[in-house]
Formats: sequence, structure tokens, C-alpha cells
Amino acid sequence: MMSEEIIKDVIVGEQEDYLINLGPQHPSTHGVLRLEVCLKGETVKYLNPHIGYIHRGIEKMCEALTYQQIIHLTDRMDYLSAHINNEAVSMIVEDALQVEVPERVKYIRTILDELNRIASHQLWWCAFGMDLGALTTFFYGLRDREHILDIFEESFGSRLLHSFVCPGGLMHDVHPNFQKRTKEFIKYFRTKLPEYDQLLTGNIIFQNRSKGIGYMSRETAIGYGVTGPSGRGSGFSCDVRKIAPYGAYDKVRFNEILETEGDVFARYKVRMAEMHESLSIIEQLIDNIPEGDFTAKMKPIIKLPAGEYFRRVETARGELAVYVVSDGNKTPYRMKFRTPNFSNLFVMNEIASGYKIADLIAISGSLDLVIPDIDR
Amino acid sequence: MLTQEELTDIVRSFVPESVFPEGTQLLEVVVPAEKYFLLIEKLKSDQKLSFNYLISQTAVDFTSNMTVVCHLESTEFRYLMVVKVILTDRENPAIDSLTALYPTAEYFEREIFDLFGIRFNNHPNLKRLFLEDDYGYPLRKDFRDEVNMIER
Amino acid sequence: MSSNIYDFSTLTGSIHTWLSGMMSSGWVIFTEMVLVGLIFLLMYALLGLFLVYLERKVCAIMQNRVGPNRVGKWGLLQTIADLIKLLLKELIPIRKSDALLFNLAPFIVIICSFLAMAALPYAKGLQAIDFNIGVFYIMAVSSLSVVGILLAGWASNSKYSLIGAMRSGAQIVSYELSVGLSLLAIVVFSGTMQLSGIIESQANGWWIFKGHIPAFISFVIFLIASTAEINRGPFDLAEAESELTAGFHTEYSGIKFAFFFLAEYMNMFIVAALGATIFLGGWMPFHVGNWEGFNQIMDYIPSVVWFFTKTFFIILIIMWFKWTFPRLRIDQLLTLEWKYLLPISLFNIVLIAFIVLMGWHF
Repeated sequence: MMSEEIIKDVIVGEQEDYLINLGPQHPSTHGVLRLEVCLKGETVKYLNPHIGYIHRGIEKMCEALTYQQIIHLTDRMDYLSAHINNEAVSMIVEDALQVEVPERVKYIRTILDELNRIASHQLWWCAFGMDLGALTTFFYGLRDREHILDIFEESFGSRLLHSFVCPGGLMHDVHPNFQKRTKEFIKYFRTKLPEYDQLLTGNIIFQNRSKGIGYMSRETAIGYGVTGPSGRGSGFSCDVRKIAPYGAYDKVRFNEILETEGDVFARYKVRMAEMHESLSIIEQLIDNIPEGDFTAKMKPIIKLPAGEYFRRVETARGELAVYVVSDGNKTPYRMKFRTPNFSNLFVMNEIASGYKIADLIAISGSLDLVIPDIDR
Repeated sequence: MLTQEELTDIVRSFVPESVFPEGTQLLEVVVPAEKYFLLIEKLKSDQKLSFNYLISQTAVDFTSNMTVVCHLESTEFRYLMVVKVILTDRENPAIDSLTALYPTAEYFEREIFDLFGIRFNNHPNLKRLFLEDDYGYPLRKDFRDEVNMIER
Repeated sequence: MSSNIYDFSTLTGSIHTWLSGMMSSGWVIFTEMVLVGLIFLLMYALLGLFLVYLERKVCAIMQNRVGPNRVGKWGLLQTIADLIKLLLKELIPIRKSDALLFNLAPFIVIICSFLAMAALPYAKGLQAIDFNIGVFYIMAVSSLSVVGILLAGWASNSKYSLIGAMRSGAQIVSYELSVGLSLLAIVVFSGTMQLSGIIESQANGWWIFKGHIPAFISFVIFLIASTAEINRGPFDLAEAESELTAGFHTEYSGIKFAFFFLAEYMNMFIVAALGATIFLGGWMPFHVGNWEGFNQIMDYIPSVVWFFTKTFFIILIIMWFKWTFPRLRIDQLLTLEWKYLLPISLFNIVLIAFIVLMGWHF
């Protein structure tokens, strides 16, 4: 009996592919993502992402919630770009009601966006190092991220999911220490960023692991809609901050980081350079925050005029587009979030096939996936 | 850089039946379902337009009909255009798949199929993306879940 | 010379005579074996626990952390608490696994490291077995542990474990060559494979200083290759937790996991001790040529201290590797061995043979 069963298993096993499931509980899928990977030896033949483990139906929930309530749901999509997600929904409401937000709000929102972007990239850097086996990076990155989270905590009372940006402006004014501490952080982080390069960027093992791996052409990036630093590493100019400036982005000078190699190392370089750019954006704004109200005058019940609205923002991982269909009620009729990670994930099969399983981990790390953002 | 009028003229030359609703935030075009693939193929391949980036593809259930909404962008000229298709058959809505033009559409369409039940012809792998096979189509307005949903 | 160094054989000899006075020679041998076995068992456990503690502290310092600091003074009892936890944990049987091999594998791994420990010279005259082929014996025994790892991977009936075991097999088999060749370099210098003989030959200076650049090259190759052989540091592909969750010991729990864990740390100790013995003179104090006075002062430091200082120096280097470098990929790992380390060490051997032939070494 037993032996027959084993023999059958063996025969079936020879005919089928050697499939392994990376996830849903796996240290380097950064969440509940399952990658069904087909291997030939150590080489990945193809892979098939299975998602939905953390699908909460945010789009359906939005249909029953007011716009102020929706803000709190958007935090939970890409929890590492919470501010930017909040801002997207806030701006779409302001667009629809044609509310002009005060200059002060625009400045503060932009600074928060960039702080949030730096914090997100820091966490990505930690996790990426861990994916490649350099465990020490994790603590170096978290050490510096703590400073940003402290600034957030002081101003909004929360560290990760702030819900601080709301339709019309901000929930309340920032803490009086905000400017001082942000400037301190810029000074501090400028001294710490070279450490990142010393620890990981220049390492010969790291460079061998990341150069020429996971090549994504510009056409692939556009075709799959891979945006954000991942797309820009392939030369796809997709920075919404440049294409359609919002907030105070039209008042600052910054570069869109583009690399053309399209490999893991290019995506790494883009993110490292974006941290420098973000610091310089904050530096340009932090001393010039105008005085004024922290919010525009808004009615307590927000009703969007019937119609369809579309808005894009640049989160830390790419382009977040919000599409709202309103029928004039206080709740949206339909709300669609085009999240960056959803598109970024599915390019994996295209760019990871043919590489080793260790490269697959590096590639998924370089795409910087946040799973709740995929599932929504 | 083409103006909005020139864009509408070009689109009209591709598909004469296309309708342009007034007073929208972005340039919108409503096409019949059978001309949908053709229009987008031409929008993508035309040298003057090259709408090569599908920002998002989704659907809206207007109870009287299902509308598939595509947001397209040209990465070269930065035009934005919304292409809509109104599907009157709510029971068995079906439309052509854009997978051949945009690889990303494969997953947007799987999501729409999952949440709205709209079928896509010529789709390589039309399976549900998030939910179980017998769940129903939750983003349809007539979806009822006695257990998990609280009606107000 | 080096008459100042305390010879442990006087102590062991007096114990032997004391025992012989009490019982027949057969019982004496038996009692001695039991005693030595108990001492090794105790030392094994204590060293293993201390190494785990050391690793946690070292990595904490490198990562701007404090490390274990709650259980006992400076967290010294933390690993003992962990050991108790591991002892109390359930041994989870794996469905459809090969039960015999599954249970055998951790024992093979741990027995191999036990066997290797027996031949190490801890101090002058303190060595359980002094084979005349000591280097060869340790090499042979320590490389047997790959059998245990392969069995563990295969018998777990888990795909991750199998990949980990296969990686480990490929890795150990290839790096064995470089370890052997780099040790052979010093065997050529000293003209003996007996560990005590090798140490005696370093009485007027350690081989890493006496053996010119070739000895240094072999020392570096030994460090790299032995790190790879014990599945550590940048070469921990067999357990690569970000890729294979835990590699070959994914499915093990409780004390069986602890065996793998302990064996890994003891293997680190063994290669470090071997490296210290072969290249840095083992228990031999730091002697320089014929500076008699200086050598005499050095002799006042007990030989056990010398041995453990050198060993822990190498252990710290190996830990430093692990907490600094990213992991290599499997093909890069094999490329490093077969394309770089092996040709270099082969050339190095030829060079050393030439140096020895011409009598150019000190």
C-alpha cells in the first residue's frame, strides 16, 4: 500500500513541475503574498502570484462611508505612504468642491509627503538588505526611521497611520516643534546617508547580487504600468510630481531620478537618490511655511456634486490614482483606487523568469511591494 | 501638443459612433462595445497620440448598465483620455480584453471579473483574483451579504 | 625549550597513576574514558551556550542594539533559558517523512562535531587523542556532517529543506577542497600531520609569520573556505532564511533543532580552533625567533589562555563576516570556489613546496 503510494507520487512528481509556494507566510514576501514558483533546479521557470489574503474590500466599504471616513481607510492601503494616500482623497474632494486650500496647508502636506517618502524608502532599504542576507542594514535603517516617526508622533499623535490630512486641509495644526525637529532630522540624516552606501552600496557581493538581475525594459515597465522608483529605474518617466504638480511641488526645484539600466541595482540607485532629493525638497520648503489657517472652510457634511473625478499622486511606490463616481450623496457611488503595487507586482513573472531563486527574492525586494496595497 | 478639439476629431475619425460627454474633468469618449478594442488599438498605435500607458481600468455598476472605464495616458505627449463602454446586458456582460495591447490589463480585467462579473473575450487567464469562486460579485449594487454587511 | 609552560600531561599522568593504584588496568581505561567523555560533554554544552550568547552580543553591538540583557547578569543566562525552552518543546513528527533518517540526521551532525573536538589540542599536553594524522582526521570527520544535513533535507519531505540540503551538499563538497589545500600548505611547512607536531614546529614563531606570504594567503583562503564549510556568514545559503525560511532544518523542532543549532556553533569553534592551531600556533605562546627574554615572559601566560584567545579571535572574525556581508548566490558561491580559491590554493601549494625545497622559510 504505502510503497504504491510513494511510487505514484514519484511518477507524478516527474511529470509535473517542481512547484514551491513562497508565502503566504514567508520572511521575504513582506506580507501575505503567495508566489507559486516553478523551479528547474535553482532556476525560476515561471511564477504565478496569488493575492487576496488581505483583501478587505476597501472599495466596497467606501461606498457606505463619508469622505471624511474614507481618509482613514486609505491609510490602510499602503501603510508606508499613509500621508500621500490621505492627500489623494483629500485633493479629489477639494477638486470636486473647488475649494482652494491655504498655502500653509500645501506646504505642510508636501513636507509630510516627502518625510513619509523618506521613511518608506528607509524601511525598504532595511528590508532589501535583509532579503539579500545583510541583516545589519535592518537596524541601521530603522534607527534613522525612528527620527521621522518621532516627528510624526509629536505632531499627529500616531506613528504609522496618521489620517492627518483631511479634505480641506489638515486635522489640526502641526506641533510648534515641527520645523525645528524636521531641520534637525535633515542635518542628522545627511550625515547618516553615506553610512548606507558604505554598508551596502559599495559592497562587492551586493553589487554582484544586484547588477544585471531582473532586467525590465522601458516598454515592459510602461506596458505593465510599473511606476514609481521601480519604473524610473527602467527609464520610464512617471513622476506625477513632475507631470501634474500638486501641493507645493510647483514651488520647489527637484530632479526626477531616472536610471536606464532597468536592473535591481538601478532601482536601488533610484531610491537612494530619491532620499537625497526628498531631503532637498524639504529643505527648500521648511523655512518658508507661510502663516495662515491649517484648513479651508469646509461644510461638516461633504457632498460631492454628481460627476466623475480622477486624481493622481506619487506615493513612495508609484502612482496612486483615485477615481470617484459621485451621485451627489455624502457617500461616493463608486470609488476606485489604482494602487501602484497592484501593477508593480504582476511584472514579476516577466522579469524574474530565468533567474535563480535567490534573485527572485532580490527582485521582489527591489519592487518594494506592500501587500495590503495590492489587495485593498 | 494637440488641443482637446483636435483629439476629439482624431478619435471621431477612428470611430465615427463615439460620443463625447460634456462637462467632464478629463476628455471622455464613449464607444460601443464592439468598437472598443479597435479604438484603443488605434489610440495606442497612432504616432501622433501613442496612448501606451493604461493607468487604470475599472468598471462602475449604474444599475441600468455596466460601464467599463479605462484611463489612458500617452507617456510621450502626456495626453489623458478616458474611454468608456456601456454594457447594457447586466446578466452576462462581456467585452474584448485589452491584454494583447497592455499586459497590465490582464490583471485589471481579472479584478473587474472578480468584483463585477464582466467577462473578457480573448483573455488568457480569466480567473478570480481575490475572492473564492462562489462568492458573487460584490461591487455590483445588487450584491447582498446577509452575514457580513450591515444595511443602513 | 619552553620549559616554563605548564604541561597538563603531568596532571593527567598523576590522575592515571592514582587510578592505577586503585583498580586493574582495564577498569582504569574505562574510568578514564568515562571521565573524558563527561568532560567533553560538559565543555561542549558550555561552549555551545557561550558561543550562542557571544554571537548575540556581537551582533547586537554591530547593529546598535543591547542584545540579551534581562536573564541573569548581562543576559548571561539567556541561552540557558532558551535551552530549557527548547528542551520542553514538542518534537513535531512530519507526515510522510522518513522517520528513521529524520531522527538520525541531527545525531549525525552533532556526533561529527563531537568527534572532531576530541582531537583538538587545548593546551600543552591537554589533548584527548593525538593522532599522527590529526589534520586529516579532523578534516575527514568534520566533513561527514554534510551527510547529516543531506539526510535532514531529504527526510523532511519539504521542498525548502531539500533545496537547502542540496545547496549545502554542493557547497561543503566544493569548499572542502580549499580548506584541505590551505591546511596542506602548513603541513608541507611543518612536515607532519600530527597536531602536536605542528604546534611544536611553531615554537620559534607562528606559521602565519614564518611562512612568508604563501602562509598568509592560505590563512585567508582557510578563513573564507571554512566559513563556507560551516554554512555561516555570507555563505549561509543552506539555511538562507530570506529564501528558504530555514533551509534544511525548517521542519525540525525542539531539541532536534537545538542539535543542529548547537552543532553549527560548535563547528564554528572547531574550524576556529583548527585555524588557530595550524596558523597561529595553537597553545604555543607568541615567540619571536631567538629573543629568549621575550619568549620567557610570553610563556608565563598559560597555554589554555593562548589557545582560547586565538580561537575566539578567529570566531569573532567569522561573526564579523556574517553580520556585515550580504549573502552570495549559489552560482557565485561555486564560481568563487572553483574559479578563484581552488586555483589560487593549488598555485600556493606549489609555491610553498618550492620554498620548503629551497629552505627559504624560517
